[in-house]
Amino acid sequence: MTPVVLAQAPADAISAPPIAYGAIAPVLIVLGGACLAVLTEAFLPRHQRWPVQVALSLVVLAAAGVTLGVYAGGSPAAVTTLGDALSVDNPTLFLWGTLLLLGLGSVLLIADRSVEPGGAFIPSSATRAAAAGGGGGTVTGGDGADVDRDYGEPGSAPTMQTEVFPFALFALGGMMVFVSANDLLTMFIALEVLSLPLYLMCGLARRRRLLSQEAAVKYFLLGAFASAFFLYGLALLYGYAGSVKLSAIAQAAAGSDRSDTLLFGGLALLVVGLLFKGSVGPFHTWTPDVYQGAPTPVTAFMAACTKVAAFGAISRVLFVAFDTTRWEWRGVLWAVAIVSMVIGAVLGLTQTDIKRMIAYSSIAHAGFLLLGSMSITEQGVSATLFYLLAYGFTTLAVFGVISLVRDSDGEALHLSQWAGLAKRSPLLAGVMTFLLLALAGIPLTSGFTAKFAVFAAALNDGMAPLVVIALVASAVAAFFYLRVIVLMYFNEPAPDGPTVTVPGAFTTAAITLGVLVTLLLGIVPSLALGMASGGPFSG
Amino acid sequence: MLLLVLLLVPLVGAALVAPIKEQTTAKWVAVAVSVVELALVVITWLAYSVPAARNGARFQLEFAVDWIPAFGTRFALGIDGFALVMLAITAVLVPIVMAFSWAEKLPEGRTQSGFYALILATEGLLVGVFAATDVFLFYVFFEAMLIPMYFLIGRFGGPRRQYAAVKFFLYSLLGGLIMLASVIGLFVVSGRELGQGTFTWVELQKMAASLPESTQIWLFLGFFVAFAIKAPLVPFHTWLPDAGAEAPVGAGVLLVGVLDKVGTFGFLRYCLPLFPLASQKLAPLVLTLAVIGILYGGLLAVGQTDMKRFVSYTSIAHFGFIALGIFAFSTQAFSGSVLYMVNHGVSTGMLFIVVGLVIARGGSRLVGDYGGVHKVAPLLAGAFLVAGLSSLALPGTNSFVSEFLVLLGSFPRQPVYTILATVGIIFAALYVLWMYQRTMQGPLRGSAVLAALGGGRGDGPGTMIDPAVAAERGATGFPDLSKREIGVLTPLIVLILVLGFFPGPVLDVINPTAAATMTEVGLTDPVGGVSR
Repeated sequence: MTPVVLAQAPADAISAPPIAYGAIAPVLIVLGGACLAVLTEAFLPRHQRWPVQVALSLVVLAAAGVTLGVYAGGSPAAVTTLGDALSVDNPTLFLWGTLLLLGLGSVLLIADRSVEPGGAFIPSSATRAAAAGGGGGTVTGGDGADVDRDYGEPGSAPTMQTEVFPFALFALGGMMVFVSANDLLTMFIALEVLSLPLYLMCGLARRRRLLSQEAAVKYFLLGAFASAFFLYGLALLYGYAGSVKLSAIAQAAAGSDRSDTLLFGGLALLVVGLLFKGSVGPFHTWTPDVYQGAPTPVTAFMAACTKVAAFGAISRVLFVAFDTTRWEWRGVLWAVAIVSMVIGAVLGLTQTDIKRMIAYSSIAHAGFLLLGSMSITEQGVSATLFYLLAYGFTTLAVFGVISLVRDSDGEALHLSQWAGLAKRSPLLAGVMTFLLLALAGIPLTSGFTAKFAVFAAALNDGMAPLVVIALVASAVAAFFYLRVIVLMYFNEPAPDGPTVTVPGAFTTAAITLGVLVTLLLGIVPSLALGMASGGPFSG
Repeated sequence: MLLLVLLLVPLVGAALVAPIKEQTTAKWVAVAVSVVELALVVITWLAYSVPAARNGARFQLEFAVDWIPAFGTRFALGIDGFALVMLAITAVLVPIVMAFSWAEKLPEGRTQSGFYALILATEGLLVGVFAATDVFLFYVFFEAMLIPMYFLIGRFGGPRRQYAAVKFFLYSLLGGLIMLASVIGLFVVSGRELGQGTFTWVELQKMAASLPESTQIWLFLGFFVAFAIKAPLVPFHTWLPDAGAEAPVGAGVLLVGVLDKVGTFGFLRYCLPLFPLASQKLAPLVLTLAVIGILYGGLLAVGQTDMKRFVSYTSIAHFGFIALGIFAFSTQAFSGSVLYMVNHGVSTGMLFIVVGLVIARGGSRLVGDYGGVHKVAPLLAGAFLVAGLSSLALPGTNSFVSEFLVLLGSFPRQPVYTILATVGIIFAALYVLWMYQRTMQGPLRGSAVLAALGGGRGDGPGTMIDPAVAAERGATGFPDLSKREIGVLTPLIVLILVLGFFPGPVLDVINPTAAATMTEVGLTDPVGGVSR
């Protein structure tokens, strides 16, 4: 039989698709770097891993960024490559750049060991106590499993779990593929590649705080559900269009003699999966718990990068595949956006934990972002891209600042502990105030420019009522940002209040990066706006 | 360029003053900056050409660079007559406020340098608000202005400062965000009408005539709510008494004297010329609110037991007059309203300062804690009387001219509203004179006065002073005005009298712009001509 089969399938029937290596080099570098990081983890002795991993991650991100810069500098035309699996167009390049920069900031936060002895990822508080006592190997208390583990040379500070670096690189690589995926199958695989490391990263502090474990489990279970929804949607859409390519779905929908049930059923399920990742509206329930439970640097990474990836993908799917059917689905997304803004703004008011508060803020922001994603215009695309850039950096810096305010039990997350912080540390309070004003959308910050861009696009595309609702929601949300400012500036500090840790070079760099971008995008946004409006999604 | 310098001097000054550790140096530097700013405003006044304005130059001393081309926004500054007089009153009040606050007792842990820096920042942003000729730029300054004032109230204010500061911020922010909807709307509409979205005021004004009325009404409402909150017109006013009462006196003077005028200035600069049809259509609504404000503010001012809240409520009544003049649509009434804005800054500013001086001596804000102050501090009582008389628009004081102009200009088109508003003058006499009588005249009485003089304890009804505190304070005395305080009040008294007898120079600046605004609204004067 074998010769017959061979005869039926001549060797030249399957030809490898051409690959535009220049265009996808950044992704290849990041994923290759991630593989290298895994090897490093396997072959290097424990005490050498941290410096090597940090250096490797930073070099990989920088190299990917440079490659991207060189490629984008030639203002290339949009290409699809790898057999139309990836579409490298202007939004892709912009989102890649955003992701790489945010990833760089997050890796800096993750790498910092000065804020907490041994870093945020050493396995247990007992080890931390031991580190403070000067011994790495002598562990008292904690669960028995820790006792016989070796955390480095005796006498030296214990090393952190360095698995987090390859995780971060894999997640980042997944995100980059996610935003450039030109067909739903690639998108699904990218979704998994970015999600799985995130689930693990959430649980990395599990030996210190049970919350971390809870967050990881919750995120994983709900994330698995969302992936299943996505996959179902994909299947229905394949049944409808006979293809998983975004542009093929758009073509099929334009010549509409097929069953709309499949199309809209598929769209609904697909979008549920995507909205879950973007922590939008009624699909947000994981967000506060996971933000609260995950180690703060990981929260920063998730909040900034995942949001970018998810909304990049949502915008692409809506823009490329569902452009022609927009009048059918838009009503539903209106409702989703309203729900998201209202939930974020109103429930944010009642929070007492600062990380949960920022989580609800991110839900409200997701609602605003959805306005941009729904505007199927070039203006809408560029506004969404700009918003993602602005929001990502502000959030990154906010979590950087949060990680610095600590008391003897770790981070001081309860809002009451922030009282009178301005007296203890005016600089930190000033930075936090600026960032919160940016989240509230006060002029001269990136938050305002971004909101302006998105709302202008939405208004231009006939969504005036939604814009008004969004502005009212902004006003409500401003109240809880203001509450933190009031606490920091106008209240007397509690006698046993938290101290502000002097940040190490890495954290300082990450916060400075975030604050600078927030300020620059607020005052001179033209460059970024120009880059964002280089062209719409192409499929 | 001059306007750019005018904008930057206080802002840079604020950045310089804030980090100075030595408090006296900080105060001197701040005062020096504010005096330089005043000198620059004088230069601006001289550089502003009235004949050019008469000949149709809408803005002068213009400065513009591209800012965010994607949003069609430019960093464009320029002034007309309205903006110029508002800049002048701002620049005059700031050094006075600083001199007044020299020995202000701040809440524990607060520094003078911070206070003075915030005052300078407020001044800089106010200059931006008045000088912006790009709607986007205006909006940016309009919102940014909130932040230093928020900190001034919240960090340096009275016992309920947090509540007042948050209330102030949220009211203003809500108004601002509603206005943002209109700002964005204006951009989108201009994109459709002019082919390319723009924020340049002059371009938008050209578009105004062709804009459909329904669109105008929506956009107008967004701007109107923000300005009505800022100016406070009556249903939006409740933040002002709290903010005015809790703000430190210096910040309160700026808040009531200048910051609130941004609202009425906004009516004149943005609502009327950009949405003329909507302004006319909705004028009865605004006029009703204005008259309610005059009567309601006056009535509540009569009944206030807290002196700082009293000043706030008199302001609400005065803002009613200003709004009446603006929405009566005549050149005379426009000029009267703008002159009223200047005069109100002077006279209410002075009233606020005098009340602040009284409170600083007695340690209580309650009216009932004072009585017969004239016996121990005749100069202070005299200053109180001058400020009060100016506030009730006695002929010969500045406010008379403007109030008269407003009523005169409003009557031909809106006789009913004007007659109703005139009743407010009676309230004004009532609240001012009764307040003066209760606190300044008669025998020495009131727990605060007696405690300060060491003659008694605070034990009467309405006592605010804790007896223990009074005992600890001891007999501090109730001194009359010090030299510094006389120096603070003298320029204000001079201004009250000069503007009362010779309003001509200021009206000369205002009138051409009032005429231009009239043209932009598309109406002609009911009686015709600009009277002086």
